[in-house]
Amino acid sequence: MNLEKKASEELMIEFIDVHKWFGEFHVLQGINLTVSRQERIVICGPSGSGKSTLIRCINRLEEHQRGRIIVDGIELINNIKNIEKIRAEVGMVFQHFNLFPHLNIVENLALGPIWVRKVPKKEAEETAMYYLEKVHIAEQARKYPGQLSGGQQQRVAIARSLCMNPKVMLFDEPTSALDPEMIKEVLDVMIELAQEGMTMIVVTHEMGFARSVAHRVLFMDFGKIVEGNTPEEFFANPEHERTKLFLSQILH
Amino acid sequence: MKSYSDRAAPEKTPFWLDPKKRAILFQFMTFCMVGLLAYYLISNTLINLQRQKIATGFSFLHKESSFEIGESLIPYSAASSYGRALLVGALNTIKVAFIGVIITIILGTIIGVARLSTNWLLSKLATLYIEVMQDIPILLQLFFWYAIFYETLPSPRQAISPGAGIFMCNRGVAFTIPEVHPAHYYMLLAFFAGCLIVYLIRRWARERQEKTGQFFPTFRVGLAIVFGLPFITWLGFGAPMEMDAPKLVGFNFEGGLTVSPEFIALLLGLVLYTAAFVAEVVRAGIQSVSKGQREAAMSIGLRPVPVLNLVILPQALRVIVPPLTSQMLNLTKNSSLAVAIGYPDFVSVANTTMNQTGQSIEGVALIMAVYLFFSLSTSAFMNWYNKRVALVER
Amino acid sequence: MEQVVQAEELRPPITSIGIIGWMRNNLFNGVFNSILTVVTLFFLWKVVPPLFRWAFIDSAWHTTGQACRQAAGACWSVISMNYRFMLFGFYPYEQQWRPFLAMMILFGLLFYSRDRTHWKKPLAYAWIIGLFTMGLLMKGGIFRLSSVESTQWGGLPLTLLLAVFGLTAAYPLGVILALGRRSKMPGVKVLCIVYIELIRGVPLISLLFMSSIILPLFLPEGVTINKILRAQVAIILFTSAYIAEVVRGGLQGMSRGQYEAAESLGLNYYMTMRLIILPQALKIVIPPTVSQLISAFKDTSLVVIIALFDLLKTTQSVLSNPEWMGFSREAYVFIAILYFLGCFSMSNYSRKLERELSRGD
Repeated sequence: MNLEKKASEELMIEFIDVHKWFGEFHVLQGINLTVSRQERIVICGPSGSGKSTLIRCINRLEEHQRGRIIVDGIELINNIKNIEKIRAEVGMVFQHFNLFPHLNIVENLALGPIWVRKVPKKEAEETAMYYLEKVHIAEQARKYPGQLSGGQQQRVAIARSLCMNPKVMLFDEPTSALDPEMIKEVLDVMIELAQEGMTMIVVTHEMGFARSVAHRVLFMDFGKIVEGNTPEEFFANPEHERTKLFLSQILH
Repeated sequence: MKSYSDRAAPEKTPFWLDPKKRAILFQFMTFCMVGLLAYYLISNTLINLQRQKIATGFSFLHKESSFEIGESLIPYSAASSYGRALLVGALNTIKVAFIGVIITIILGTIIGVARLSTNWLLSKLATLYIEVMQDIPILLQLFFWYAIFYETLPSPRQAISPGAGIFMCNRGVAFTIPEVHPAHYYMLLAFFAGCLIVYLIRRWARERQEKTGQFFPTFRVGLAIVFGLPFITWLGFGAPMEMDAPKLVGFNFEGGLTVSPEFIALLLGLVLYTAAFVAEVVRAGIQSVSKGQREAAMSIGLRPVPVLNLVILPQALRVIVPPLTSQMLNLTKNSSLAVAIGYPDFVSVANTTMNQTGQSIEGVALIMAVYLFFSLSTSAFMNWYNKRVALVER
Repeated sequence: MEQVVQAEELRPPITSIGIIGWMRNNLFNGVFNSILTVVTLFFLWKVVPPLFRWAFIDSAWHTTGQACRQAAGACWSVISMNYRFMLFGFYPYEQQWRPFLAMMILFGLLFYSRDRTHWKKPLAYAWIIGLFTMGLLMKGGIFRLSSVESTQWGGLPLTLLLAVFGLTAAYPLGVILALGRRSKMPGVKVLCIVYIELIRGVPLISLLFMSSIILPLFLPEGVTINKILRAQVAIILFTSAYIAEVVRGGLQGMSRGQYEAAESLGLNYYMTMRLIILPQALKIVIPPTVSQLISAFKDTSLVVIIALFDLLKTTQSVLSNPEWMGFSREAYVFIAILYFLGCFSMSNYSRKLERELSRGD
């Protein structure tokens, strides 16, 4: 596969000394991060390290308490307009898919465009079918989420986010809840997305995917980004002890 | 790569776009609306009260009530104050609720267990009872029992006597009771002393079992003590056996213990209605314990009674107690329907008071306060119980 | 070569199959159960035949009150001679087809709504039009229907009206209260909790007293509010608190992921609730909601205490007539049967719904 190994120069997301506490627990301890347009980042680390919290701060599912987060030039502050603009540009895919069970697939996808972007129903459904084709699941259009397998549901979830034309896609452990035989179909869709130049931040344990797709792999532990490097350097020469320990545990 | 870190901090967000400030604004507006509504209603009320020359405040509680109350646990006459009248009503409510709760729990448990019985006849009868009693409004049931009393039972002169010393007529039911004797007071003391002793024995026996493994028959010994001590006291006083039997004097019974038709009708209606709901609660609780639990316990070798005590009941009770307390609260609230059949409970008395003084706001406020007190204490108890028995989960 | 011996087909012992087998398993399995069965049968034998005789054989079905008193059995005439007053109260005699028609419309709508596949938008409109028509039929005043004041409404239509309108109005109020109780805004949350706990902690009778005596005091001079409306307000306020708790249970059952997915798509609070959360939550709690409807139906009987002529009070009026005095048993049994039929069909339906919903459509 021919993936652009060089991202653009434009800044997409910037974290400046971001801190967050859950009560007494200091979950993000001074995060500094820049993500360029078309860059693909994989974040890994032990559970509780704050990696999910980090990406959930980007679309304000979690609120950071100190520091600044800037997405595509818009600063993430307590301003409804800013938050809405950012959410419109950031798509998110969840570990447990979170499809809406009472709507069929097309309705799931068309919901956002119709009610947020105020697109007419026909156009929204056409967009929905376009993205369903893209994730190779168009034939399930009228079915309900409960009738699909996990892998199919996750691909629908990806299509649902894409219908909003996001500039960044966030993935929170997208394959962790899937049976092994379905992981590949989802990863394949993510790779196709990457080929089209989408900016992606992926929290995952799928190191094969990281190796072949990521521009950078970041390791997080105890709320800090311990180290980050190109995949080749990261896997071949991890610098810190904790990184080495973690890698030895998941790359057995 | 250009960074934004050197960019100045953004301008202040206008407050109508700040989610936190919006929330405050929304709450402020809600309070304002509620406040305005309250102000409007209250000012209207004050004007109307003044116009109709109705007093406000609770000073009426000291005034003379000038109405009689049919039955009372404490001395009361028409010369007593309204405050005392309300107290009488409250005590009557507690009386019927307390007795009602005890009987309902017993009856409800029996019917619930019968519903689960392997005996087809029993189980179907229990189901029939539950279905029918749940689907008829309680007020209708109350009226029915009250009417039965007045229309079916004969006058005192032709009272029916189903058993030794019990007489049923349309003035109530008269029971023969032991004549009040000083021995009773000491018997009561002996009973409480017995309970205390049994409690201490239980603690001692449990410690002994933990240390040495020896089993002490606490239950049997406890039963013997709790009933034996009062019995011995009774013997000690010379075994007083005088009974106070109701005797027909003129047109009514005198002596013994008479229970009014209103009380009986209310009690019957409340108990029979609520027991149907309690039966369902008990059934659900017992069924919630999976069959495997009983099988596992038996395969360890536990006999049926310990299986029940150690394995089934603790789990079943967790599921039973919260809805059960709910039903007991419902029974207490439903006792307020006494006003419809003339039993002088709190609502009845408050109603009469309101009619006489015209101070309906204070009256209704008092009614709500009393029942709120019951509900909130029951909620507190339930929360405490739930926390205490919550299964520790991962 | 071995010969395959055909074993004689063994049949189970005769005492464990058929009707004898059934009786053995269900009525007489074990000493305790056998005794229980015998005792129960004895009890039934003592009670049921005399009851049957009283109710059906010695009873009077369509006579005057005098003749009834002479009969040894039940006096069903109290019903057959007075059923129109019991069922319709003081509604003018010749116009009683109107409340009757209104009730038929209601029963029709209810019957049609039983099938869940009918639950689409047209049904909602049908209900709105139906309720409106029922009100119109009762009140009259237009379309050459004579006007009948609400003070004359009574009996079964009044009971149904209080229950149906009560629940219809209480439902949206209850949903709002439930959402408010789960709100993150402390001010709103406290207000909702106070309301819900206050209403749930007091008996309905106190609310009926409040609304019938105190509500007029809340209104400015000259504004009156009719008795039925007062009772209706109390029933609505009461039921809404219970509905709020039912809906809250459904909301609590929703996974956080649904909220998050909606948020990340950019839906605001109102849209999230309307499009995603409420459709799912309300469906989950349909069985307990039907339960509330049954309770509301039973609770309407309390309006007898504030002297509204619902089914119970019209019956009591008949019984206070000297001709029919003393036949409370029969009259109340009749009313009980009516309530039972209503409540039983509703609870049966609720059970059927619960089974359907737990099977997952």
